[in-house]
Amino acid sequence: MTTDLDRLLLIRHFEHALLDLFAKGELNGTTHTCLGQEIVPVALAPLLGPDDRVFSNHRGHGHYLARFDDPAGLLAEIMGREGAVCDGVGGSQHILREGYLSTGVQGESLPVAVGAALHLRGSGALACAYIGDGTWGEGAVYESLNLAALWGLPLLVVVEHNGIAQTTPTELAMSGTIAARCAAFGVAHTALPADDVSEIRTVLTPLVSAVRTGSPLVVEFAVNRLGPHSKGDDTRSGVSELRDWYREMSDVAGFAEADARARDLVGSVVREVKARPLSTWGRHAVGRDA
Amino acid sequence: MRVVENLNQALHEVLAANPRAFLLGEDVLDPYGGAFKVTRGLSTSFPSQVITTPISESAITGVGAGLALCGDTAIVEIMFSDFVTLAFDQIVNFAAKSVSMYGTRVPMRLIVRLPTGGGRGYGPTHSQSLQKHFIGVPGLDVYEMSPLHDNRDVLARMIAAERPCVFFEDKVLYTKRMHEVDDLFTWDLTDGLARVHVDTPPDCVIIAPGGVTHRALAAMRRLLLEQEIVCTLLVPSRLHPLDAAPLVAVAREAKSVVVAEESTAGGTWGAEVAHVLHRELWGVLRNPVALAHSADSIIPTAGHLERAVLLTETTIHDTVLESLK
Ligand SMILES: Cc1ncc(C[n+]2csc(CCOP(=O)(O)OP(=O)(O)O)c2C)c(N)n1
Ligand SMILES: [Mg+2]
Repeated sequence: MTTDLDRLLLIRHFEHALLDLFAKGELNGTTHTCLGQEIVPVALAPLLGPDDRVFSNHRGHGHYLARFDDPAGLLAEIMGREGAVCDGVGGSQHILREGYLSTGVQGESLPVAVGAALHLRGSGALACAYIGDGTWGEGAVYESLNLAALWGLPLLVVVEHNGIAQTTPTELAMSGTIAARCAAFGVAHTALPADDVSEIRTVLTPLVSAVRTGSPLVVEFAVNRLGPHSKGDDTRSGVSELRDWYREMSDVAGFAEADARARDLVGSVVREVKARPLSTWGRHAVGRDA
Repeated sequence: MRVVENLNQALHEVLAANPRAFLLGEDVLDPYGGAFKVTRGLSTSFPSQVITTPISESAITGVGAGLALCGDTAIVEIMFSDFVTLAFDQIVNFAAKSVSMYGTRVPMRLIVRLPTGGGRGYGPTHSQSLQKHFIGVPGLDVYEMSPLHDNRDVLARMIAAERPCVFFEDKVLYTKRMHEVDDLFTWDLTDGLARVHVDTPPDCVIIAPGGVTHRALAAMRRLLLEQEIVCTLLVPSRLHPLDAAPLVAVAREAKSVVVAEESTAGGTWGAEVAHVLHRELWGVLRNPVALAHSADSIIPTAGHLERAVLLTETTIHDTVLESLK
């Protein structure tokens, strides 16, 4: 059985493997790792059902791996190999799979999530959209909050507030607070630390049930981005002193074994996917006729 | 000197020359100096003129227009040109129209800088060439960066025109050297039009924006060495409105004309250029103007898929051969 710890460690080692592959010149393009933020999607996973729609963003590997047990499909997508979730067309930040979609344009997914929530209204399912703190610069976020509250939609907005957007600290980009912005639209808001999976679930279980009946909610997690924005572009100092669940949990019973298992699993996924042939894309069949 | 350094120097000069010139954009402050390092050093030298912004493309473009409306010079950087769609209203319905829709000419010194294009594996929302969507907007000038045009002159020309402009900067150019041309060819520059040629009259004239320069030169080299086909390359700095007369003069003497650009198929800049040439040279041209561009497709992320979609040296090479048949 896969435990929460297994899932957290899988995501952690997956992201490290990507940065390694980049460093060795074996990955093309760009990627944004969720190092330090793994707890958020792992804690949310059992609160979301198969009929819920998840909208992810540029920093979405953890969101994907918490919903689908498919590190090989994701790595193949990022490496453009056979078995890729989207044939290698979308890459790290453009993924579509049953009830799950990510896109790389900040703020773009929120109105779409509102549309999905409108579609789902009354069904008991919800639309969940992940956004970062920096994405609160986009006007579409506010238009969406207004619509969700106005129309009583099952919209769950998960904010991964890591205090930074690329290189811009929140203080240089945000006046006021997310809480006050939600209050202005009459949207419920909860702020939570992202360090204890079961505590997060305890707090959120009743709140997410309320979302399902048409009360939109913004959950704001305080997280630390422990890696660069994409790769080799960290302008911060003192990152190694930031809190890290990995360090804090390392003396929990069974951690070392689980850690070794996850490391081995990711290692073998990397070897196996690297050996695959390049992906093929049925461009015309899919684009025109589907 | 690399293209990115030349552009950086040009921006330095604009900010130094006018304390009422501003540069706004996301993550433009030092030490990072912008996602592509174009603004490196600027915030240190001109702290009150360089403004880092939230992720608000529409608003910051509007802010630039507001500064310009009040007589300042505003340069807005959109991190990836793909996101200029978010600022489309401010550019098309405000900035460009304000030059003219109040019945009198309102001068606007607004430059929207747009790192553009593919070839880097950034995927469908970070690799597009959206120039074509800005062609034919009354009051709006469309420029493209080129390794043959000194950016100091290009920016000076934009500012002097006092019309809002979008400046497409092919990301692949940043690390290339300025003014570096294959030694088979010579080049010159007249009124914003760069011409790369050999001493013989050309079989084919290739017209291309700056971002395509290297691909066009590589195709020209191959055509010359392998098939003795002589091409002249014309690179205009301003894509729209197009100064057609010098293009027409060169095209008149050639057997064929190819317009090459990275845009995906359909409603392209090249189609507009072809129309102008057809009108001017109907009955003179031996063949219809041929277009080379990327496929009718989104731009995939994986390198092997991306290469199959984007305009390459080979696309240009093959289009030139086809045009001479
Ligand atoms: C519309 C748009 N503008 C700019 C970008 C470039 N960009 C990608 S991620 C990012 C920062 C996002 O910050 P935040 O929302 O805080 O998420 P984080 O990266 O911290 O997870 C920026 C500016 C983008 N992808 N889309
Ligand atoms: Mg952030």
